[in-house]
Amino acid sequence: MEAVNLLSSNKYTEKQIGYLFISVLINLNSDLIKLIIQSIKNDIQSRNPVHVNLALQCIANIGSRDMCEAFADDLPKLLTSGDTVDSVKQSAALCLLKLFRTSNDVISPNETASRIVHLLNDSHLGVVTAAVSLIEALSKKWPEEFKGCVSLAISRLSRIVTSTYTDLQDYTYYFVPAPWLCVKLLRLLQNYPPPEDPANKTRLLECLDGILNKAQDAPKSKKVQHANAKNAVLFEAISLIIHMDSEPNLLVRACNQLGTFLSHRETNLRYLALESMCLLATSEFSHEAVKKHQETIINSLKTERDVSVRQRAIDLLYAMCDRTNAENIVAEMLTYLETADYSIREEMVLKVAILAEKYATDYTWYVDVILKLIRIAGDYVSEEVWYRVIQIVVNREDVQGYASKTVFEALQRPACHENMVKVGGYILGEFGNLIAGDQRSSPQIQFDLLHSKYHLCSVSTRCLLLSTYVKFCNLFPEIKGHIQQVFSADHNLKNPDAELQQRAVEYLQLSKIASPDVLATILEEMPQFPEKESSLLSKFKKTKPQVEEIENQVAEKKQRPQAVMRDLSQTGSITGKIIDLDDTVTTNGSSNSGIIDIFGTGAQNGTAPADNMQEVLKLMLKPNGILFEDPIIQIGCKLETRSNLARLGMFYGNKTNAAFDNFAVAVNCPTQLTDQLVVQAKPVDPSVQGGAQVQQLINFVCLQEFTEQPVIQVSFNYTNTNGTQQSFSRLLYLPIFINKFFEPTDMAAEQFFSRWKQLNQANQESQNVFAAKFPLDNDAIKNKLMGLGSKLLENVDPNPENFVCAGIIHTQALQIGTLIRLEPNRQAKMYRLTVRSNREMAAKTLCALLAEQF
Amino acid sequence: MIRFILIQNRAGKTRLAKWYMHFDDDEKQKLIEEVHAVVTVRDAKHTNFVEFRNFKIVYRRYAGLYFCICVDIMDNNLYYLEAIHNFVEVLNEYFHNVCELDLVFNFYKVYTVVDEMFLAGEIRETSQNKVLKQLMSLQTLE
Repeated sequence: MEAVNLLSSNKYTEKQIGYLFISVLINLNSDLIKLIIQSIKNDIQSRNPVHVNLALQCIANIGSRDMCEAFADDLPKLLTSGDTVDSVKQSAALCLLKLFRTSNDVISPNETASRIVHLLNDSHLGVVTAAVSLIEALSKKWPEEFKGCVSLAISRLSRIVTSTYTDLQDYTYYFVPAPWLCVKLLRLLQNYPPPEDPANKTRLLECLDGILNKAQDAPKSKKVQHANAKNAVLFEAISLIIHMDSEPNLLVRACNQLGTFLSHRETNLRYLALESMCLLATSEFSHEAVKKHQETIINSLKTERDVSVRQRAIDLLYAMCDRTNAENIVAEMLTYLETADYSIREEMVLKVAILAEKYATDYTWYVDVILKLIRIAGDYVSEEVWYRVIQIVVNREDVQGYASKTVFEALQRPACHENMVKVGGYILGEFGNLIAGDQRSSPQIQFDLLHSKYHLCSVSTRCLLLSTYVKFCNLFPEIKGHIQQVFSADHNLKNPDAELQQRAVEYLQLSKIASPDVLATILEEMPQFPEKESSLLSKFKKTKPQVEEIENQVAEKKQRPQAVMRDLSQTGSITGKIIDLDDTVTTNGSSNSGIIDIFGTGAQNGTAPADNMQEVLKLMLKPNGILFEDPIIQIGCKLETRSNLARLGMFYGNKTNAAFDNFAVAVNCPTQLTDQLVVQAKPVDPSVQGGAQVQQLINFVCLQEFTEQPVIQVSFNYTNTNGTQQSFSRLLYLPIFINKFFEPTDMAAEQFFSRWKQLNQANQESQNVFAAKFPLDNDAIKNKLMGLGSKLLENVDPNPENFVCAGIIHTQALQIGTLIRLEPNRQAKMYRLTVRSNREMAAKTLCALLAEQF
Repeated sequence: MIRFILIQNRAGKTRLAKWYMHFDDDEKQKLIEEVHAVVTVRDAKHTNFVEFRNFKIVYRRYAGLYFCICVDIMDNNLYYLEAIHNFVEVLNEYFHNVCELDLVFNFYKVYTVVDEMFLAGEIRETSQNKVLKQLMSLQTLE
C-alpha cells in the first residue's frame, strides 16, 4: 500500500522506488491493481517524459490483461504522435509489444500500421531499434498490412552497412556500425519472402554482398567484441540468405565463409559455423559446397572438447549425408558412438539406423551396421530399430542368408547384448535353415547357442526364444527332442509369467501332436511386411521436436527425407486380388463339373442352363464366395443384408489376357419370384480389360417369402487361347435365399418352448429326416447354423446334442418368426430337422434348403 | 525474445534477476538453481551458449559474476553475447569500475540501467552514450 502511495508522489526518486517495488513484487490478483492502473494512467498523461517513461516501463514489466484493456487505446496514439519525445517513443513501442504478446487484440492494424512502419525512418536509431522489434512481431500476425516495412527496412539496412564508422557516432560499437539494429532488420526481413520489386531486390543483394565482403576484410580491431559484433551481423545475414534460398552464389559464398570458421580458434565460432552449415546442407544449391568440408567436420568430431560442438558436428553430418558419402559418414558416426555421451546415444542410434536404411545399396552393409549398433550401444537401441532390421531382412531374400550367418557369429561373442539375442533369435528361427548346412552352424549348435543365453534374458526375450524353438521344431526335426525337453522344463511350464507359461505349454503340445505337414503350415516363413513410413523417422521426430521445428521453418519447400522401404513385394497374382476366400470354396469352385466345353467350337450363341446350384447352395450359409469359375471368367459375390433389403456385390474377373467386350449381365427371374422379390441390377461396363475385375451391385427387396432363386444371364465376347473370338453366355443362380433376410433373435429356454408350442399347427411346421451328407462335427454344424442368419441358442434344448435357432425373416409384407431345431443322430448318421414358422412356405422352403447343407 | 536476465556470483547468490516471462515463485527459484548448476561447471574450452530446457542461455563470466541471458532457441547467439558486454560496459562507466558490491548496494539503480537497455524482452537502446546521458540526468533529479 505504501508503494502505491509512492507512485502518486511527484518526486522522481520516490516514484522510481514505488514503481520498482510494484514491478518486482506485484501480485496480479491484488485489489490494489485498480489504484495502480489509475496512477499509471496519470503518469502516462503527464508532461514530464521521465514520469511517462517510468509508467511505460512498469506496464512493460507487468503487462497483465487488465493493463491491456486499460491502455490499449492510449499507447498507439502515444507512439505515433509527433509530440512524443524520442525516449518515450522507444518505451512506448516496446510496451505495446509486451501488451500485444499478452493479448493479440490490443492493436487493430488498419489505422496505425502505416504510422508504425514509418517509424523505421526515424532519425533516432534507438527509436528504430525498438520499432523494428514491434514490427517484427506484428508482421508475423498481419503480414499484408505491414508489407511496407520491407522496402524501408532494406533501405535502412543498406544505409547502415555502407556507412563509415564516423557517420553513426553513438551507435558504432567497436568499429561495427549499429550491429544490433542490423541484426534486427535482417531478422525482420526473414518474415517475408524475397522482394520481387527489382530495385529492392538489388539493394538487398548488395547489402548481403557487402556484409559477406566485410567478413573477409582484415579486422579493424583485435578485440573479440569487434569480431563478435561483425559476426553477429554475418550469421544473421547468412540466416536470411538461407531463408531466401534463391541466390546460389550467395549460398555458396556463405558456405565457404562458414567453412573458414570451422577451424577457427574460437570455439563459439566453430559451434555457430557448424550450426549454420546444418541449415545450408539442406538447401540444394549449397549441398555440394557443404560436402567439401566433410574432412574438417569429421576431424572436429574427433578433436573437439566441448560436447555441444561435437553434437552439432553430428547433426551436420546427418544433414549432409547422401549416397556418395553415406558409408563414410555412418562409419564415423559408429566410431563416435563408442565414446559418446550417454545422453545423446539414443538419438545417435536412431540417426545411424535411418541413414543406413536410406542409403543402403547393399543390404548386407545395412545388416552389418545395425548389428554393430546393437553391439556398441545395445541399451539405447530402441525397439523400432531392431523391428526395422527384421522387417528388412524378412522382405529381402538375398540378405537372409548373410543376416543369419552374421547374427550367428555375433551371438558367439562372449558379451552379447540382449537386443542381439532378440534379433538373433528371430532371424535364426526364420532363416536358420540357410546356414544349417555348414558344420559350424548346425542345428544343434544353433540351438545350444541360443539356449545358452536363455537364462540371462528378460521374460519378453525368453518368450521370443520359445517361439524360435518351436520354429526349430519345424525346421530341424532332428533336435525336436531337445527342444521338447526345454518346453517341459518346470521353470517354463510353471513359470509365474503368464505369457511365458502359455507359450511353453502350447508349443509343447503343438510339437507333440501336430503332424509334420501341419507344423510346417503353421510355422511357415513369415510373409513380407507391408510398406509404411518408417517408424524410426516418426520416433526421431518425436525425440527432437525443436530440430524438426527449425528445419521446417527454414526448409518449408524442401522435402524431408523419407526412409520408406523399397517396394520389394511381388505384385500379387490376379486370382489373389479378386476376393479373399477360404481355400475350401476355391478348391471346390474350380472343380466345376458339368461345364460345357466352349473352346475351339467357333462362335457359339448357345446358353447353358443355370447349373451352378452346388456353388449357390454353399453360399446359402456364407455371405461371400465364388459363384462360378472357369478358365475364362471368375464370378464371385459378396452379400450384405439389412432387414428386408439385400445388396449383392458381384465381381467379374477376366482371367484371360484379352479384353471382354459386349459384357452384359441381365437379371432373369422366374415369374412367380418377381412378385416376391424385387431385383435391381446396376449397369456394368461393357468392356472388361484382360486380367481386370469389375464390380456390379445388385439390390434386392424382399416383398414376401419366396422359394426360388433369381437368375442372371452373363454374356460377353472373349478371345480364347487360339486367338479366335468366342461368345460366352451363361445363366447363373444368385445366392439369394429366404434365410438371407434373417435377423437373429435371442431368447431364453422358456420363451423358445412357449413359442414352439404356439406354432403347433400342421401348416406351421415342416419336418425332414435325412441322411447326413457331411461328417457330424459339432463345430461345423454350429458354424453353418450361425451362417444361416438366425441366432444359435445355447443351453435351450434339454438335450445338449441338439441345436436350436431362432430368428425373424424380414419381408416388406410381414415379419416371419422362425424356430429351427436340428437333432443329429450320430450312430445312424442322420438328422431330424424341424422348422416351425408362422408362414407355411417359409418353413417348407427353409427345411428343404437346410436339408442340403448337413 | 529474452526470457530472463540473471546475474549470479560463483557461489550461486543472485545479484539481479529480471524476468520477462511469467513464472511462479518456486519455478523462479528452481530456474535460478538450474542455471547456476549449468553455467558454473563450464570453463574456457566450452562455448558461451548452453541449451537449457527448451530455451538457450547465453552467458559470460566477468570476474566472479556470471551474466546470463536466457533466450529462445532461434535467436542469434553473438547478438546477445555482445548485448551482455554492452550492458557491462555501461555498468562499468556508471559505477566507475563496477564491482559486485556496487550491484549489491545499488540494486535499484541496476534495475534502472536494465530498463534503459532492455524492455519487454527486447533490446531497447544500444548506444552507451545515450544511456549514460540519460542515467546522469536521472541521477540529478531529487
